[in-house]
Amino acid sequence: MNQQTGVNFGASIKDAVIAGLLALIVFGPIVGVLLDGYDFSARPGDLATIVAVVMFGRFVISIFVQSDVGRKFLYRHAMKEDGVTVTAPDYKSKMYYILPIVIVIGLLVPFVATKYILTVVILGLIYVLLGLGLNIVVGLAGLLDLGFVGFYAIGAYGLALGYEYLGLGFWSMLPIAAVMAAIAGAILGFPVLRMHGDYLAIVTLGFGEIIRLVLTNWTEFTHGPNGVSAPLPTLFGLEFQRRSREGTPFHEFFGLPFDSAYKYMFVYLILFVVVLAVLYVKHRLTRMPIGRAWEALREDEIACRSLGLNHVLVKLSAFMLGASTGGIAGVFFATYQGFVNPSSFTFFESALILAIVVLGGMGSTLGVVIAAFVLTVMPEMLREFADYRVLMFGILMVVMMIWKPRGLVRVTRKGFATRKGAVK
Amino acid sequence: MDIVLQQLVNGLTLGSVYGLIAIGYTMVYGIIGMINFAHGDVYMVSSYLTAIAIALLTFFGFESFPIIIFGTLIFTIIVTGAYGWVIERVAYRPLRNSSRLSILISAIGMSLILQNYVQISQGARQQGIPTLLSGAIRFEVGDGFVQITYMKLFILFAAFLGMGILTYIIQKTKLGRMCRATQQDRKMASILGINTDRIISSVFVIGAAMAALAGVLVTLDYGAFDFYVGFIIGIKAFTAAVLGGIGSLPGAMLGGLILGLSEALFAGLISSDYKDVFSFSLLVVILIFRPSGLLGKPEVEKV
Repeated sequence: MNQQTGVNFGASIKDAVIAGLLALIVFGPIVGVLLDGYDFSARPGDLATIVAVVMFGRFVISIFVQSDVGRKFLYRHAMKEDGVTVTAPDYKSKMYYILPIVIVIGLLVPFVATKYILTVVILGLIYVLLGLGLNIVVGLAGLLDLGFVGFYAIGAYGLALGYEYLGLGFWSMLPIAAVMAAIAGAILGFPVLRMHGDYLAIVTLGFGEIIRLVLTNWTEFTHGPNGVSAPLPTLFGLEFQRRSREGTPFHEFFGLPFDSAYKYMFVYLILFVVVLAVLYVKHRLTRMPIGRAWEALREDEIACRSLGLNHVLVKLSAFMLGASTGGIAGVFFATYQGFVNPSSFTFFESALILAIVVLGGMGSTLGVVIAAFVLTVMPEMLREFADYRVLMFGILMVVMMIWKPRGLVRVTRKGFATRKGAVK
Repeated sequence: MDIVLQQLVNGLTLGSVYGLIAIGYTMVYGIIGMINFAHGDVYMVSSYLTAIAIALLTFFGFESFPIIIFGTLIFTIIVTGAYGWVIERVAYRPLRNSSRLSILISAIGMSLILQNYVQISQGARQQGIPTLLSGAIRFEVGDGFVQITYMKLFILFAAFLGMGILTYIIQKTKLGRMCRATQQDRKMASILGINTDRIISSVFVIGAAMAALAGVLVTLDYGAFDFYVGFIIGIKAFTAAVLGGIGSLPGAMLGGLILGLSEALFAGLISSDYKDVFSFSLLVVILIFRPSGLLGKPEVEKV
């Protein structure tokens, strides 16, 4: 162990200069020279700023690491124990008080919020669903799925095309889309689940891209890049348009003036109930043998197989459940937009959902809910930084993996104590 | 008949480019067992660097083709190599002992960073470079003809030269020997005095340099590019690496050629709309039926 105290400024300055030179080589051409047709213009100012920031940053980090505080920080970082936090056996979760309040607030939102806020919240909830679905696959079962957007697309196009060709509405497509996505998950999953993590990631990525390319190129069936329109949900047959196709529309039936916000309120309420249902199901599942099997398989596959777990079935169930949640989210997305086209289902979407799961904490339900709202609502609020959104996601993913690979919200698990009188 | 021959020629050049990029995937996978998801975007950066180098060289009054080509190649390879080093240092080295999932997610993050960084600094629109080398050789075949442009010949020549130099480095030099040792057993190699961190860095630099060579060649031939080109070509090069057997250097080159040829034939004879679907399906099928590829060794998972 190097017990030397005090800060070696010379070394720090050397580090900073090397970092600055590298930054000059790396950022120099791309930032310093702006291509303009076959010509270019120079931007020395931007380049100088970036190089200065890199040098300063390296210098500060170098000093910090050498200081006592920094050493302690590094030591803690190296010693940190990843894994679940086990609560005391008699620990009472505060969720019992918080949850009813959240549900009441959630049910009141559509009646107080403006239409714009409502649309943003609906989008947030759709991503909560997507995050929960992917969380089963990545967070609990540890299978990196980079093509999750494929199941989302199946749900969304299921509603749009089911309406166009078969005349099926929102309510019939909601369960059908979930089943369809689950079947797609099984078809994809069955052959690929025997391979190990990285290959699985690439195969699922290829699968997501294949779905998108087929949707784009099969113009006779899907109308290609032009997209398809999707129907709105109905309330016992009452429609939310100004003029109903059949029967009376919602506002005439109740004698209300027409307001386009009604449909968002209705979509919101259904979505909210569905999200609560999915949350409940997931909460129960993680405490059932199948949920334990997912997590066990994530931690050590070989040990699980030695203990007699059928790894393909366990993984397949995680994959199908995740996929069906994605399909449900897709149905809501289609009905909320009223329109779907392939450009909504690019790889970036998969990466965004993955970022939600990673930021929220792999396997943590609460974390995923919070992260989904943060990552979808924040870009709406910071419109002027819209260009930097993807950059922020990327930096977030790298930094989170280095700093807190298990996410911001740690998974907690109830502890058990031996009963009084039990034989030790 | 002439279509088939023409597509074979196109497929050969395409395949040699895939092979060059696949080298980066396969070497990194062989040495630290990770899929360098950002590799396709390193290629994308190199096509911007190509255009910038050509613009700079023309600005300083260099007109002749060889000078521009060699200037561009040297500039692009050095700067892209620096990218490879920095990416490894910033995003992967801190995660050396983490789970594979963490490293892969970090690599995806790096890929997003590179794409968005280039988009912000150079704009989202498509960029292009002027044609530097025109002209072609034509062969009469039956009723039609087969055309081989000089640019395509140059690509084939440069790609095979690059692969030859790399094979020499890996097989004959001290650096190559250390690379192979680290690939076989990282712990043992470090016990025997090899600075494995430095070897891993140099593997990233070599991979980036090969991607840079591919970037220069494709950009010179095709002329147009944008910040998103790295994604599709990255997956295809990865397919090539898997096809040849990931971790195997000759496998990457062979896989690249096979993928390029079959994709070109599919595009020419069946449907060019679905050629990407074909490549991705090929990837899925190979991974299911022969995950170790053509020349790879089957992986045995140890406890």
